[in-house]
Amino acid sequence: MVGIIAFIQGAIGQGIPLLYGCTGEILSEKSGNLNLGIPGIMYVGAMSGVIGSFVYENSVAGELNPFLAVAIPILCSLLGSMIMGLIYGFLTITLRANQNVTGLAMTTFGVGFGNFFGGSLIKLVDAQVSSISLSRTSSFFTKTLPFSGKLGWFGDVFLSYGFLAYVGIILAIVVAVVLKKSRVGLHIRAVGESPTTADAAGINVTKYKYFSTVLGCMIAGLGGLYYIMDYIKGVWSNDGFGDRGWLAIALVIFTIWRPAVGIIASFFFGGLYILYIHFPMGMVMNEIVKMIPYVVTLVVLIITSMRNKRENQPPASLGLNYFREER
Amino acid sequence: MKKKKHEKLFHMVKRDDISTSVRVAIKLGAIVIALVLCAVITTVATGYNPVEVFFSFIDGAFGSSRKIWITMQDTAILLLISIALTPAFRMRFWNIGGEGQILMGGLGAAFVMMNFGESLPSGVVMLLMIVSSIFLGALWGFIPAICKAKWNTNETLSTLMLNYIATQLVAFFIVYKVPSGSAVIGIINQKTRAGWMPELFGSKYMLTILIAVILTISLYFYVNNSKQGYELRVVGESEKTAQYVGIKVGWVIVRTMIISGALCGLVGLLLVGSKDHTITTTITRGLGFTAIMVSWMAKFNPFIMIPASLLIVFMNKGANNMASAVGLNESFGEILLGIILFFIIGSEFFVNYKIAIKKDRKKNNSEKSENKGLTDVSKNKYEKY
Repeated sequence: MVGIIAFIQGAIGQGIPLLYGCTGEILSEKSGNLNLGIPGIMYVGAMSGVIGSFVYENSVAGELNPFLAVAIPILCSLLGSMIMGLIYGFLTITLRANQNVTGLAMTTFGVGFGNFFGGSLIKLVDAQVSSISLSRTSSFFTKTLPFSGKLGWFGDVFLSYGFLAYVGIILAIVVAVVLKKSRVGLHIRAVGESPTTADAAGINVTKYKYFSTVLGCMIAGLGGLYYIMDYIKGVWSNDGFGDRGWLAIALVIFTIWRPAVGIIASFFFGGLYILYIHFPMGMVMNEIVKMIPYVVTLVVLIITSMRNKRENQPPASLGLNYFREER
Repeated sequence: MKKKKHEKLFHMVKRDDISTSVRVAIKLGAIVIALVLCAVITTVATGYNPVEVFFSFIDGAFGSSRKIWITMQDTAILLLISIALTPAFRMRFWNIGGEGQILMGGLGAAFVMMNFGESLPSGVVMLLMIVSSIFLGALWGFIPAICKAKWNTNETLSTLMLNYIATQLVAFFIVYKVPSGSAVIGIINQKTRAGWMPELFGSKYMLTILIAVILTISLYFYVNNSKQGYELRVVGESEKTAQYVGIKVGWVIVRTMIISGALCGLVGLLLVGSKDHTITTTITRGLGFTAIMVSWMAKFNPFIMIPASLLIVFMNKGANNMASAVGLNESFGEILLGIILFFIIGSEFFVNYKIAIKKDRKKNNSEKSENKGLTDVSKNKYEKY
């Protein structure tokens, strides 16, 4: 029982970064922008938060102000991923550059950004520490709900996470509702399905594409921040975030563009990611288990395209840019 | 728009044609601006002055004859991957699975080297390596292609997934072969050198470079001058047109992706058999993704990919040299590369579009309505990518 609870906790902890990435990417893809820069943007989101809290921690000797310790990393992270989103948006929406190439360039840049500052931050700001370890700031992020310890297994499974985990789940639900029920969501989906029609109906295509792409990037960036501040408790290691960004993109297909499904699916993927830690089955099987998320996603992708149901398809103009004068 | 706003002063118009010199000038201008920005960033980050930075970059890439050889070899490998991906891109098939196809090729070569390297004569081993790596690479190209042809499965997403399946297969192979301890396959057949690709003209770098040269030339003619190349270009322009003129679209997609995958598999063979003599999950070092950008930057022209690959390898080596000299992280090169790519990607806009002041509008409309022949249209559409 204890083992299973620990496993569920681990799976959810692993799943939350994927959930953020998945929610952000769905928002972006629904407006027709296939953003392959998400892996890089999550690195930038994580690193920007790390830079913010590193500078803050090193400038304050005594007790940290709880509000600032939480607000500074979050604002830095949002700012970093917003700038990345604006670069991507400017290149693909305003300058109509190819989305795949732009996205891959974003990933190259973003991963480089994360690793460069991860390896050089200490030298750049002349700090007197040996490694980036933000345990003081991180302790505010990992704080669980006050009564989680008193409720037995219920508290462990549902209440034992830092606040960013709950924010991630709420965001996924909000995005799902907004996309499905609200006028803004309708407009975003219209732009993603057929920008020409949307434009003719008087929807500002450029505005909605920018809105959902940049917002999507900011949400994804928070996933990086959660991973570094909460899940691994503020200790940065280069390439530590790994291929989670790509896994988030896989999750988008796996959930067939439904953010609310992403909540459960991300925990499932997270569980597969760490299955081998909790249920040792030999190194050889581990590598096979780690392959499952990708195989399952590929199978889902192929089956949805085989069945060809309209509501399960990618947004019709996904990956294509819109130029009004070209009909 | 809901209410009439004031008319915009300028708007964007698609260019109908653009002379080569203007196009080159725009691209070079973008690269120069990007390099200046990179120099500024480097100066700020390291405290070196720009001239020192420049010489440090030169030293990193061309500082000694060994460095020159390695730069050439790395350029050749990047060029080879870019070329391998190009036929698919000309067909507008977004194969971002180069990584996976290379890894599978490498896996095939490593499998043969480790299992048969010492029991079979070396000629047979090499033949088996070539066959198995090309086959596995082609298989990794075939899977997304057949799904695309049969069910119109989104190829960007399927090739992406196949990358990680290939990564995990390699990881599986490694722990299967080295079940305990480090889980690292060292240099394969270090003593016997079985399955090591031959050295040409006394240099172990020469084979890769030679293959790159041969394939650059042959692929240029394959895409631009052969019947199959014509077919894949027509499919890229318009599947409907292709069907109308009697091209079997599905077959062209599958055939082209088999070629693309097989060539990537060949690169895997070169990495394992000639360059590294080992296999890891990161043997491609992300080159499968970088090559996509190279191919696109060069407008799918194999000959322009040569300077494009060289530029990227040069920046990478130079930035590494610079960063290690001042104790900064080597990922510095990726940041600079990203900046250069942003500028090149952005400059594409000014090649395809021009900013027109409002009064030009009538003239542009009449230009747009001109009728064009099939070849003309195809040329223009292709520039959009």
